[in-house]
Amino acid sequence: MADHHVDHKRRRMLTIATTGVGLAGTVGMAVPFAGSLVPSERAKAAGAPVEVDISRLESGQQITVEWRGKPVWIIKRSKEMLDFLPGMEGILVDPDSRAAQQPEYAQNVYRSIKEDILVLVGICTHLGCSPKYQPQIGAVSFDDDWKGGFLCACHGSKFDLAGRVYSGVPAPKNLVVPPHQYLSDTVLLIGSDEEVA
Amino acid sequence: MSFMNWLDNRFPATKVTREHITEYYAPKNFNFWYFFGSLAMVVLALQIVTGVLLAMNYKPDAGLAFDSVEYIMRDVWGGWFVRYVHSTGASMFFVVIYLHMFRGLLYGSYRNPRELLWIFGVIIYLAMMATAFFGYLLPWGQMSFWGAQVIVNLFETLPFVGGVLSEWIRGDYVISDITLNRFYAFHYLLPFILVGLVFLHIVSLHKVGSNNPDGVEIKKGPKGNRWNEEAPKDGIPFHPYYTVKDLLGTVVFLAVFFGIVFFVPEMGGYFIERPNFEPANPLKTPEHIAPVWYFTPYYAILRAVPSFAGTQVWGVLAMFASIAVLFFLPWLDRSPVKSIRYKGPITKLALMVFVVVFIVLGWLGTQPPTTDLTIMAQFFTLVYLLFFLLFPCFSSGGEKLGIGGKLLLLVSVLLLLGTLFYWWFGWSGGPASSLKLVYTLLSVGVLLIFGVVPAYIRPDSVKPVPERVTS
Amino acid sequence: MKRKLLVLVLAFFPVTGFSAGAGGAALDYVEVSLDDKVSLQNGAKLFVNYCLSCHSAKYMRYNRMAQDLEIPEALVKEQMILPGGKIGDTMNTTMSKEDAEEWFGVAPPDLTLIGKLYTPKWLYTYLRSFYRDESTASGWNNTVFPNVAMPHVMHELQGIQKANITTRVDEEGHAQQVIELEMVKAGSMSTEEFDRSMRDLTNFLYYMAEPARMVRIKYGVWTMSFLLVLGILAFLLKKEYWRDVH
Repeated sequence: MADHHVDHKRRRMLTIATTGVGLAGTVGMAVPFAGSLVPSERAKAAGAPVEVDISRLESGQQITVEWRGKPVWIIKRSKEMLDFLPGMEGILVDPDSRAAQQPEYAQNVYRSIKEDILVLVGICTHLGCSPKYQPQIGAVSFDDDWKGGFLCACHGSKFDLAGRVYSGVPAPKNLVVPPHQYLSDTVLLIGSDEEVA
Repeated sequence: MSFMNWLDNRFPATKVTREHITEYYAPKNFNFWYFFGSLAMVVLALQIVTGVLLAMNYKPDAGLAFDSVEYIMRDVWGGWFVRYVHSTGASMFFVVIYLHMFRGLLYGSYRNPRELLWIFGVIIYLAMMATAFFGYLLPWGQMSFWGAQVIVNLFETLPFVGGVLSEWIRGDYVISDITLNRFYAFHYLLPFILVGLVFLHIVSLHKVGSNNPDGVEIKKGPKGNRWNEEAPKDGIPFHPYYTVKDLLGTVVFLAVFFGIVFFVPEMGGYFIERPNFEPANPLKTPEHIAPVWYFTPYYAILRAVPSFAGTQVWGVLAMFASIAVLFFLPWLDRSPVKSIRYKGPITKLALMVFVVVFIVLGWLGTQPPTTDLTIMAQFFTLVYLLFFLLFPCFSSGGEKLGIGGKLLLLVSVLLLLGTLFYWWFGWSGGPASSLKLVYTLLSVGVLLIFGVVPAYIRPDSVKPVPERVTS
Repeated sequence: MKRKLLVLVLAFFPVTGFSAGAGGAALDYVEVSLDDKVSLQNGAKLFVNYCLSCHSAKYMRYNRMAQDLEIPEALVKEQMILPGGKIGDTMNTTMSKEDAEEWFGVAPPDLTLIGKLYTPKWLYTYLRSFYRDESTASGWNNTVFPNVAMPHVMHELQGIQKANITTRVDEEGHAQQVIELEMVKAGSMSTEEFDRSMRDLTNFLYYMAEPARMVRIKYGVWTMSFLLVLGILAFLLKKEYWRDVH
């Protein structure tokens, strides 16, 4: 064990290289480990896009379907309801739907592809309760000049008939419009806006 | 380093690091066999991580368990990898531990002052076997079910309490959903107990210091090395020398490990058995049941011992004795030297024979029991037990056999006579006489070579041990 | 058009294999290949057309199969999935367990893992070894799976075989049954075509038992290459430090 010259530079280089490669390997192995926690094929299959026949949906009527375990509302708005929407700017937080709460094709005043058909995820953007559809117009118990919309009973958040949130309520953002598309005039596909192969 | 000061005033971080890593002086002459301790810890860590991840998708319910394993294999992203690492890890854990234990046998690592260290090790081995046994039921395949059925029925052979005991273990009259549920709970619990035991194992190791291939106590040798004047001259700091060496060993080991995981995860039916791809069916036994390979030596011993006096408890006793005998090894070895390097030819031969016996018993445990294989298993079981019973005889190094050693020799003779009596007079429909004769001569030979001759005629020679470690 | 299959059913064969229900019949070699997508696709088609009406494959999802075997999802949906089914569904059968037990005596087992439970050789031989046997309930028997409950669903493709059973005594004095299969009525496929189809079906069953096999070899090669690099570095590092000791 005679004293000899120690090449510190070489040692440092090798230590750094080995540590670096070793860490890369550890991360590589952690990927499938951590990745095993993402939604599985079963969860994906259960959350697959849902087809809805809307041929019998009547004006003003709401139906609820389940997509990925969440309620999705489909509402056919009447002409009268639609006419209110452009004039609501003053009392809304985000009347132009600037926040990314909807796909690009629903970033319009009606927040929909077809003017009258509204598709919304029925989960309040505040703390996740499901608001209630309140189509009546006029003075109601929670608003003197209600134009129709949704009321969240949990904390009193109010949304208009395009799912846009009122200012001065707890919910910060408009209701989410899920990706959706029309497979035909009367069949709606909720959950996918990619072209069907 | 004000943070380290703050920490050290409240927690002995620097002190512990020094004592156990940077200034733990290990003998400088560790060889290949000294990799397996650290590798065992690597596998334990892998098992716990993958086990927790599997538990997030596994369902301990007789109606769902099998499905949930296939769910992991197919629907969970990366699930097949997690599961194969776990199933390969179970087997590789035993590979590593068997090699680690063999190292102990080679170099006398269980000798004074390391008796307690060895005992903690044997307890770890027992805890591992229990964990593996509970875990093997969880996939709820045919082999899981029937393997557990057979092992739990072992307890039923115990006189008086057997029936109650096996029902208590199962919580039912057969292996059922209830059994699966509790086995799952135990399988999740035991690894953490294992971690605690490993902690005790290492604490006692660092108290007495590591043994080495020469069996020389470096703490008793000269002092002063290039790192510390007080430390043993033949010691080197664990870090960085053994950390970098163990890292190399770990990489080589992982290459083997992941070679199995990616290319042969079932290991030809040894790591994952073919019938386990069929869900458990209490009404249909597979044609041939064999436990997983790491239990087969003991399974062979269990089957080898015939039932007599109206009970089959003897096989169960022999099986448990063959494991329990490990606890007494520190006191059975009377050699004046620790390492095999300085022991005589008889002891070397005995160790070689033991390795062969263990492997052959392991193979026999996977085979269906024919008459010829049964007498073979009986012979090898006898030799397995004789290896331990005669240890005081062949390891004496010339010293006179004490009363304990004489007693064990007497037990050996009785065991041999009993076996011979059974072969020649007690076994109707036994194997051919020529085969009996061969095994009779071999058995008597074993008793003479390893017992009578070294104890009374010519003791096994011992070579002088150097003062300092070699190489 | 006469195919002979020599099968030895030993009177006292030692049970060493694991395969349940297997006799001691000689098995024909078959090569499986997960790279052969055409074979796998054809196997999938045969499986859906002939097996899936009675047997389920309840762990196998259609979309997984479509992706792994490179079949367009729309095609799978159009040709393989019953109306109302979804691409993410598992391959279930419409036959209820109770009906099946009544018709066949036993419920047809799920086939997802059959390629793990049996070797490809066994499956390949089994699929081609059905013969007419009026003494059984189904009217069919099989040389590698004696008294199998399943009728020969593909006899229109293969044709009908009959068995010529003789007994002979081997050198050690054990009586052996020798079963020779003879084609008595041709099917719509030639022997070569049917063998190739059964190879494809075996290949598919082998794939279905472990779809991860498609990628695991590939990842294995990457991992080994990585460990080689890390091993070289670790070796150099160890050598460098141990110059202090040696």
